[in-house]
This record gives sequence, structure tokens and C-alpha cells, in this order.
Amino acid sequence: MQPKLAINIGRLKLKNPVMVASGTFGYAEEFKDFIDLKQLGAIVTKTITLAPRKGNPPPRTCEAPAGMLNSIGLENPGLDVFLEEKMGYLNNLGVPIIVSIASECGAEEFLILAKRLDRVKDVAAIELNISCPNIKGLRVKGKVIRENAERLISQDAKATYQLVKAVRRVTGKTLITKLSPNVTDISEIALAAEAAGSDCVALINTLIGMSVDTKTRRPKIAAVTAGLSGPAIRPVAVRMCWEVYQKIKIPIIGMGGIMDTSSALEFFIAGSSAISVGTANFINPRATIEIIGGIKEYLRKENIPDIKKLTGSIKL
Amino acid sequence: MIKVFQAKAKIIYNKRVTDNYFQAAVMSAEISRVALPGQFVNIRVVDTNDVLLRRPFSIHRVEGEKIIFLYEVKGKGTEILSQRKEGEYLDIIGPLGNGFDLNWQTGKLANRQTILVAGGMGVAPLVFLAERLVRVEGVRCKVEEKIKPLVLIGAKTKTQVLCENEFKKSGCEVKVATDDGSRGFKGWVTDLLDRHVCEGGHIGPPLQRIIYACGPAPMLKALAQIAGRNNIDAVGSLEAHMACGIGSCMGCVVKVARAQPQAGDDFEYKRVCKEGPVFDLKQIIW
Repeated sequence: MQPKLAINIGRLKLKNPVMVASGTFGYAEEFKDFIDLKQLGAIVTKTITLAPRKGNPPPRTCEAPAGMLNSIGLENPGLDVFLEEKMGYLNNLGVPIIVSIASECGAEEFLILAKRLDRVKDVAAIELNISCPNIKGLRVKGKVIRENAERLISQDAKATYQLVKAVRRVTGKTLITKLSPNVTDISEIALAAEAAGSDCVALINTLIGMSVDTKTRRPKIAAVTAGLSGPAIRPVAVRMCWEVYQKIKIPIIGMGGIMDTSSALEFFIAGSSAISVGTANFINPRATIEIIGGIKEYLRKENIPDIKKLTGSIKL
Repeated sequence: MIKVFQAKAKIIYNKRVTDNYFQAAVMSAEISRVALPGQFVNIRVVDTNDVLLRRPFSIHRVEGEKIIFLYEVKGKGTEILSQRKEGEYLDIIGPLGNGFDLNWQTGKLANRQTILVAGGMGVAPLVFLAERLVRVEGVRCKVEEKIKPLVLIGAKTKTQVLCENEFKKSGCEVKVATDDGSRGFKGWVTDLLDRHVCEGGHIGPPLQRIIYACGPAPMLKALAQIAGRNNIDAVGSLEAHMACGIGSCMGCVVKVARAQPQAGDDFEYKRVCKEGPVFDLKQIIW
């Protein structure tokens, strides 16, 4: 028996449910020596903003127990350079390309980005990164909701609803909303994204963390606080997938510390329709391909004909 | 673009050299064939979540299919690496980074002096560089026509002066500086460099000097200032915490002056793992 791995997210058809998490795979070319990129279910680009961003001062990363902290600050070349220099390579791969977008300034930038990307045929879907913990500012519809806000759009159900709704109006592309775990109740935010017309939610982004060098008494990351990722956050991520799965009808892309097949399977069983490999790409650039093979083998062994049957199949 | 490999490399040996310094050799036919001085390899020191990220190590030497590393045990990652045994396998990715440009400054060799400046662990990539430099330059000119490359080694104390013999064997002149004065010049290696550059000690037409360096950031910063003052070209290999090592995470950046500064925008971040680790030291904004 050849188990079925194909899934749909909105209008997007994936040949398998294994993707890469934004920011951990560059623009894919960096990984071409290690894996056959064509085998991936989808590629999510590093987040793009309208103008180029230099990102945060170094040090930007450090190791944490079973994980890592990062505060890159969305360094990226901006939309124009991305489309001119990076999109061509991605197009030729024959893998659905999901472009992650973000803004520090407001909904207008999201709308401009979405409108521009809507016209690019080879963009399969748009991921709204409203949960990056390493940039400041929360503004919706040009109105500053909170002066020097430390809150992210995805930390506010109403702001999430308004942003997703506004983007939904300007694009017919599949919309994925990426959620932050740094909230009291993530399903409330997921419900807001669903109500506003998001085709899917991706969870989780990194947990906000901090590490201190006791010798110098300085934070290990120049930006002081940073996003924690890796196996350390996996149980939190699986729990959130499970909570959200019970509340919403749109599919979930689960992620957070997936290192191998077994950790990927946890997410499907807890309610994810697809998964993204993030930090593991840094440690084992072959992780995605190994997981695709591993899932197939698991389904065969367990006599599960279709990956869709695994989603939410947890026995309580 | 040179291909990068991920390989399971067998450990041939892994032994203490002195104090906390270790040397290890692993077999990798692919990587050893293409590796250049100044490039590095990213090593998964152990396959557990305990030490999660790979650790970057510059290539100390290449011997046939063997890749040799020289490293200091100073954290959990290197501690675990030092306990890995002969016959075991290490998951390594390489060769990574740009490496030193061996064809850099290929002007008239007879009137030129290459100076290698190493601080502490900074000797590691410079031994590989010295071997290749001598070979490359040896082909280009008769040995007697050129001035021997000069190596300046800096260490805290005499027991930590590394690789002196390796440099001599490859045909370099070696001078040593120790912080405590237990060997050679007492003081920093950059003070020794400053003295050498100022004194000259050379009769004949003025020398064209070029510097290749590797060592801690404060040393490279001081060196960049000396090079600037004396109008000497200097490149150096930088160290940084890395997550991926292959240019995808943007984690290991350094601030570099823009070649063409625009209004209000005079620097850019460059990745140590990709655009580096070797940079023009005078362009680095410390």
C-alpha cells in the first residue's frame, strides 16, 4: 500500500504535508547541496517586508537548553529585490512557494505586499507573519493602537481579525496566518483569523525568551529578548495545536521543535494537517526529506491509507 | 560555487595537545579535496538535544583525505567533542565560508612580505594558510628571491604557544609574544606587530606588506588600526556564534562599512558564515 500524503490548504494543493518554517530556510537555494528541494511539500520564504531591512545588531543567536534564541529582526532585501533576485530560482523548483510577509508600520504595508504578490502567478500562498517577536510596533489601519506597543498583532484577537480581513479583501491567494504562542489563549486568536477569512493557521511562532551571560551580566542577544525555538518548545506547540484543533475548522500547519519523524507525527495526531520544519534545518539540513520518508513508513506500518486520517486522531 | 557536503566523517584521532587545546582528525574525501585555507566545517558534536546547534571549526590542515582541527575546550560543545573517540563518526558540513584569497596581492613578490598574525586559537586556520602560501609563492618565484613569510604568534603564556614548529616547517619565520612574557616578546601580539612594522629592520626598497590574521575580536580591531596607520592591507578571519553556518539564518552577521555609502546608510550586515569568515579588516565596524 502506498499511503496518500497529499493535502489541500485553501486552494493550495500539496503533494505532501511537510514544509519549512519561515526564516529557517532562507530562500531555499542555501539548501540545494543537501536535499532535492523538489521533494518538499511547500517552501515558506524568509519573511519579506516592503522595504529592505537590515535587521537587528549582533549577537543575534545563541544556544539555549534544547533550543536556541534568535533575534534576527526580519533582515530581508525587500519585496522588489526578492521578486527580482530570489523568486526566479524558487519558481523553477516546481514546489508551491508560500511568501511570508510582515510589517512594522501597519496594515497598509501588509495590503501593498499582498496586492503585489497577488499578481505574481507563482506565489502559491501568502503567510501573514503577525507574530514575529523581534520587531516592535502594533498598528492597525494606520491607527496606532498603543504607543510604542510591545504587543504583536497576533496578541490581540481584534487586531488579528482586522488585519486578516483587510488582506483577505485584496487577494484571492490562499492565506495562512501565523500565530504567536505568547498569548493567554491562542484559540481565541485562531478563531479571529478564521472568522476573518484566513484559509489556515500556522502555529507556533517562537516563544519570547531571554538568556544572560553571568560573567558579563549582559544579555546573550543584543536585542535583549529573542524568540525561543527548537525541541524545548515542542510540548507547548503540540498543546496549542490540540487546543486550536478543537475550536476551528480550517486546517492547522503545526510547528515548533520538530526534529524528526516522531516529533512531526505528534503534531498530526494533535490536529495538524501539515507541519513545518524549522530549527532542525540548521542542525540537519536533510531533516525535511528524512521526515517525508519517515511519515510514509509510519503510515504503511500502521495501515493508515491517508495522512488526513492521522490529523486529530489522538486517543483520549 | 563550490559544492558543500554533509558527511559522516570517521574520527582518526582526537587528542590533547597542551592545556585545554585538542587536535582531531576526521576522514572526508569530498571535503578534503576542495577545502581552502580559512574555510570552516560545521560539526554536530553529539546527536542529542543537549548540544543542539552545530559548532563551527576552522580547518587547521588537510592531509590527504584527513581534515584536521585544532580546538580549545571552552564550553559544553567543545567539552563533548573532546570526549569523542577514535573510530566514531562526526556529522560534518563543509567546506563553508569564503576562505583566504591566496591570489590576493600578487604583485612583485620579491619586494613583498606576508605577515601572518595569530592570537591564541587563531593559529588554527593560519597553519593551513602558511602551507598553501609557501607552496603557491614557491611556484611563482625562486625561494631566494622572496622574503620568508613572517608569523607572529600571540598567547597568554608559554605553554599555550601553538604550532610554532608547524609554521617553521612550512618555511616561515616565527616570532612569539606572550601576555606574561614567559616566551618571546612580553605583551600583545599586536604590540609586537606594531614594533615590527615601525622598526622595519629591512634594508633596501620599502617593503610592501600584507597581513593575514586570525584571533579574538579585540586583537583584530587593534590590528586593523595598525594596518590603517601604516597603510598595510589586512584581512582577517572572524569568529561568530552561528546557527546554520550555510547562510540561511542570518544569525552570524558583522557590521561592515559600505563600499559606496549612501545618505544615512553607511554600513551593511554581512554573514560571517557566507561572505566571511575572512573580511578586509579595515572595512569592519567594530
